[in-house]
Amino acid sequence: MPQKANECRLLSVSSILGYGFPEASLITGIERVPHFIGVDGGSTDPGAYYLGSGECLNSRMAMKRDLRLMLQAAVPRKIPVVIGTCGGAGGEPHMQEVASLAREIAREEGLKFRMALIHADQDKAAVKSWLQDGRISALRNVPPLTEVTVERSTRIVGMMGAEPFMRALDGGADVVLAARASDAASWAGCAMSLGLPAAPSWYAGKMLECGTASATPKGHDCLLASVRSDHIEVEPTNPARRCTPLSVATHALHENASPTLHEEPGGLLDATGCEFKAISDRAVQVSGMEWKPRPYDIKLEGAEFIGHRAITICGTRDPILISQIDSYLKSVKDDVSARATGFGVSPEKYHLMFHVYGKDGVMGAAEPIKQFSSHELGIVVEVLAPSAKDAKAVLAISRVVIPKIDFPGRLCKSGNMAFPFSPSDISVGPTFKFSVFHVVKPDDPYSMFPIDYEEVH
Amino acid sequence: MAKLRDLAKVCKSKNAGPFEVTIDIMFETKELFDRVLSTGVLNADLFAKLYGVDSKDVMVTAYPPALAIKGTIPRRVSSGDIGDTDVYGAQQHAPMLDVEIPI
Repeated sequence: MPQKANECRLLSVSSILGYGFPEASLITGIERVPHFIGVDGGSTDPGAYYLGSGECLNSRMAMKRDLRLMLQAAVPRKIPVVIGTCGGAGGEPHMQEVASLAREIAREEGLKFRMALIHADQDKAAVKSWLQDGRISALRNVPPLTEVTVERSTRIVGMMGAEPFMRALDGGADVVLAARASDAASWAGCAMSLGLPAAPSWYAGKMLECGTASATPKGHDCLLASVRSDHIEVEPTNPARRCTPLSVATHALHENASPTLHEEPGGLLDATGCEFKAISDRAVQVSGMEWKPRPYDIKLEGAEFIGHRAITICGTRDPILISQIDSYLKSVKDDVSARATGFGVSPEKYHLMFHVYGKDGVMGAAEPIKQFSSHELGIVVEVLAPSAKDAKAVLAISRVVIPKIDFPGRLCKSGNMAFPFSPSDISVGPTFKFSVFHVVKPDDPYSMFPIDYEEVH
Repeated sequence: MAKLRDLAKVCKSKNAGPFEVTIDIMFETKELFDRVLSTGVLNADLFAKLYGVDSKDVMVTAYPPALAIKGTIPRRVSSGDIGDTDVYGAQQHAPMLDVEIPI
C-alpha cells in the first residue's frame, strides 16, 4: 500500500522496454531513492502490425535484459516496478510475453514479488453494444466507426488511464504490468497514489514516457522526475546528458498534435501556462501546468488484417525507360492483370503497387515536384492479397513481366530492371492497418481493465 | 524574402497517431521565431495548400517555450494502410523547406 508523500520520485529507465539503457544510469538513479521504477512498453508508431499479429515490437532477449536489471534493482529495495503498454502494442499476448519474462527472471534470480496484470483487450460484442448505445465517437481526422469495422478487427484494446494503476498499487502489487495504457498514465497513477495532484503527475508522465528524449543529447537512458504539489523537476541520471529549459520544452512537441493540450482519460492536461526554469546545469523545474477534468473517455485501438504482402526490389538505369516510367508501369500492371487472371487470380483479388524511389516513393501523391531528373530509379514492387499464395503468385508473375515487357524506343532488350537479390521475391507476411481509433465513454475508469494478482517466486 | 530552410534550426515531421502527421519548425532565437511568426505565413491555409488537405482539418500552434511552430495535418493514407509510403511519417517535411518568408 503506497504511503502518502509530499514528493514522488519516479525513475524511468528508457523510452520503451527493450530499447536498452546504461546500467550505470540505473545505479545512479537508485541512489536518488525513487518511489517507483518503470518504463513505457510501447507505441502505435511502428504500425498496426504488432497489435494485429500479437508479436512484440522488441526481441525477448532485449526486453529480458532491461526487465532483469529493473527487477534486480527494485524488488530487494521494495520499490514498485510499473510498466505500461507491455510488449509494444499492449494486447493480451504482448503483456503475457512480458509476464512470462518476469516469472523467468524471478526463478533465475531468486526474486519474490506480488505481480499485477492489468488487461486491456476488449470484446467485440461489447464494442458493438457501446456503438449501438451511442457511446463511441471518432477522433479528429478518423472516419466514424461501424459494426462491420468492429467485426473485421483482429484485436481491439482500450487505452487505460491512471486509475487502474492506482488500484493495482493499492492492491499491494510490487510489479505492475499493464496492457495498453496512455503513455503517461502509469506514471500519473504512481504519483497520484502517493497523493500528488493530477496536473504535475500527468505532466511528469509526459516527460518520463520517453526516457531521456527531453534531455540533450537525446537517447534511450534513465530520467528521474520529482513530482511536488505544483511543479516537477526532471534530471537525467547519466552525467553525459542534461535537461535544459529548451530541451524539456521541446519534448512537448513529440509525436502529438498539440504541444500544449493533451487529452487524457478523465481530463485535459493544459500546458499553455508552463514555465521552464533551470535549477542546476542539468535539472529543470516545470510549473504552471493545469489539469482540467473532463467526462471520462477511453481510447479504443483496433487492428484489421489487410492482406498478405509480397515484395521485390529492382532498379532501372535506362534513361529511355525513366522518361516514360508512368506509362511503362501501367503496361506492367495491365499485363500482370491478364496473366494473373489466366491462373485464377483476377485483379479485384489483389493490389499491385509500385513505390518509385527517385520519383515520388517517399511522398506518393502528395509529392509537389512533378518533374524529376534522376539518372536511376529504384522500385519496390508490392503485392497485397487476402491469401499468401495469391500474393506470392502475383508477385512472381510481376517479376517475370517487369524486366521483359516492351516499351517504345526500348534498347535494353535483355532486361528492363536490375534485381539486386536472388531469390528476388520476398514474402513479408500478414499486414494490418489501424481500423479502430475512437473513444468510448466507459461505465467507470476500471470496468474495461480487469486486474489479476499473482505471487511470483 | 528568405526560404524557411535558411531560417529554421529544425524542420521535421512525425506521426501524431496513425491518422495525422505533425510538422515542427523550430528557430534558434526568440527574435527570429517572433519575426517569422509575425509574418503570419505559417498558417493552416499554407499547410493545406502544400499537402493537399482541407484547411479546417489542419491545426497550427505557435509554441514559444520551444521557439517552435507546429502544424498537424491529416494523413492521406493512415500509417501502414494500403498505399502508405511513410509508416513513421518522418519524411513529409520537405515542402516546408522552400516556403518563402517575407522578412
